Amino acid sequence: MHELSIVEGILEAVIPEVRKYDVSRVTEIRLKIGELSGIVPQCIEEYFRIASEGTIAEGASLKIEKVPVRISCGDCGYDGEISPGKFRCPGCGGTGFRILSGNEYFVDSVLAD
Amino acid sequence: MEIRIVKQILEWNEDVSSDIIKELDEKKVCLINLMGSPGAGKTSLIKKLIEALKDRYRIGIIEGDVAGQIDAETIEALGIPVVQLQTDGACHIEALSIQNILPMFDTGDLDVLIVENIGNLVCPAEFNIGEDFRITVLSVPEGDDKVVKYPLMFRATDALVINKSDVLPYFDFDPDRVRRDERDVNPDAPVFAVSSRTGEGIGEFADWLDRRIAYKLSNGHVLRKPIFSE
Repeated sequence: MHELSIVEGILEAVIPEVRKYDVSRVTEIRLKIGELSGIVPQCIEEYFRIASEGTIAEGASLKIEKVPVRISCGDCGYDGEISPGKFRCPGCGGTGFRILSGNEYFVDSVLAD
Repeated sequence: MEIRIVKQILEWNEDVSSDIIKELDEKKVCLINLMGSPGAGKTSLIKKLIEALKDRYRIGIIEGDVAGQIDAETIEALGIPVVQLQTDGACHIEALSIQNILPMFDTGDLDVLIVENIGNLVCPAEFNIGEDFRITVLSVPEGDDKVVKYPLMFRATDALVINKSDVLPYFDFDPDRVRRDERDVNPDAPVFAVSSRTGEGIGEFADWLDRRIAYKLSNGHVLRKPIFSE
């Protein structure tokens, strides 16, 4: 169910922005979704088809880029990816790290005619 | 043509959530988001917490349900101000609903507002509702594999409560496995084993809550762990 809220969020992010340009149709929406965010791309696509009907974004394809979880460890200096299911630094096994990416979900750009 | 947008998808929910935090920081009300499966014992736990904390704090409850108002009636019988939030089928509570409900409480006469979220281990974790902190409730009969199966619910929380500990002898539920799995996804969150039925462990959990609430009420804010570090 909550994918509908997310799809409405996508449309609210996209439509006012593209109206600023002289375009009549959005053909592609590029999303960046962090691996920690819990958003299911297939569900989004299904809901998007329904929610975008009659809008400037109707028929647009969704291009979803997964953003891996990256950390920077203050204890051992490890800088890189970790698995979303294991919140441990692969370098030292500790937890003294900052999450650099993986939580985000945002509309990056669109293609429009 | 390509148009750069770079906008967060649930931006409006985040905006409303920040507004609620600001309002409740000013009014010195601590908002707690309680999440867990249907049947995990969220309402029973709330009743126990009311018992443990009502002499120290003025408590209000928002009962989120898809339909009905059984839980609100249960709480009201305790003489605690309660508002039933019906989501009409929606699987989670959004910040806007909380903002609309806040005026129904006399927030000047409240210290703590506990929101019982919709019973669901998936969707509620995605939505901030202006809370100071989150508590996830997992009950023994649900099984000890839930942290691995629903990582977001157990990662995006400040404490994990294992409820119904009194029935542990009858289930193949390994609390140590849950603690280990929780440490893997959320190393900082404490894990409390309680039973709302027998009262076991409630004291320790209520003491932890008490310290968090007291900090908020004396400082006007909580120490928030930033989701992103710059």
